[in-house]
Amino acid sequence: MSRHESDLAAALAADTPIPRDAEGPIFAEPWQALVFALVVALQSKGVFTADEWAQALGAEIREALAAGGCRDGSDYYERWCEALEHLLIEKGLASHGGVDALAASWARAAEATPHGKPILLENDPLR
Amino acid sequence: MSGHHHDHDHDHHHDNHYTAIEARVKALETLMVEKGYVEPAALDAIVETYETRVGPRNGARVVAKAWTDPAFAERLKADGTAAVAELGYGGRGGEHIVACFNTPEQHNLIVCTLCSCYPWPVLGLPPVWYKSPPYRAKAVIDPRGTLADFGVTLPEGQRIRVWDSTAETRFIVIPMRPAGTEGWSEEKLASIVNRDSMIGTGLPRVEDAR
Repeated sequence: MSRHESDLAAALAADTPIPRDAEGPIFAEPWQALVFALVVALQSKGVFTADEWAQALGAEIREALAAGGCRDGSDYYERWCEALEHLLIEKGLASHGGVDALAASWARAAEATPHGKPILLENDPLR
Repeated sequence: MSGHHHDHDHDHHHDNHYTAIEARVKALETLMVEKGYVEPAALDAIVETYETRVGPRNGARVVAKAWTDPAFAERLKADGTAAVAELGYGGRGGEHIVACFNTPEQHNLIVCTLCSCYPWPVLGLPPVWYKSPPYRAKAVIDPRGTLADFGVTLPEGQRIRVWDSTAETRFIVIPMRPAGTEGWSEEKLASIVNRDSMIGTGLPRVEDAR
């Protein structure tokens, strides 16, 4: 088990299994690996604890299930994104409006970036 | 590539697009980086640990089928998009997939992963270094030297062709089937087709067989 995985194992409640195969975690899309990396990095920086993360993620998953979300785990990392956002808001490190505005800015930046150039936030024409 | 046009000034032409969730994760990343809670390099290091674990890497199955089924290989040469779709794989957009077959005369190398054009559903995630401008520049100017950097030495007589992805066309390299793999199943063959061999910076490794 790698260091990241053991960080992660500590972070996860037993009832929130991460998609994986015999060799470790797997990600269906690149953004899933990014949100995973963010959570691991923030936790190792002490921004939140393993327990806090497990509780935040558990709450999102329960809420999604109660709302009739998919039970096959395919939306698992969407719960990670929501849990991270809510945890950061709870800690006073983010605001819902602030995340909305930045997300809109990234979406515009992507649309404005020509092929072959890196997508950078400063490419947002409204920024 | 005939008929390909590319007009960056056109108002409705977008090469890149983020889904809502992609934009949201990028927003959370930016916020945390700006506040100094995470270093971009630290995130890269974590993602790099898992880079071969992202995306389905369906490309290996495409290559293995091309090695074992000559009729499929012919269809793949003629229309990569349709042949790849036969196996149930496709890109996110309506992009074309072009298969570049390595031959004793020609080795193929793909560049350009700076934007979102890299076909990760087929190939998995690109390595972090692959996105760097120096790699791209060197691959175009000195492909043989670039391959040497990765420990790949090609026979003198084998020329190297560099393919630059466009917004509409994604490439996959079909490496040559290594000697010593006669009689192998498609599944076993797919296990030796690594990501690097499908972008041309590596070769299949018979010793990786599972």
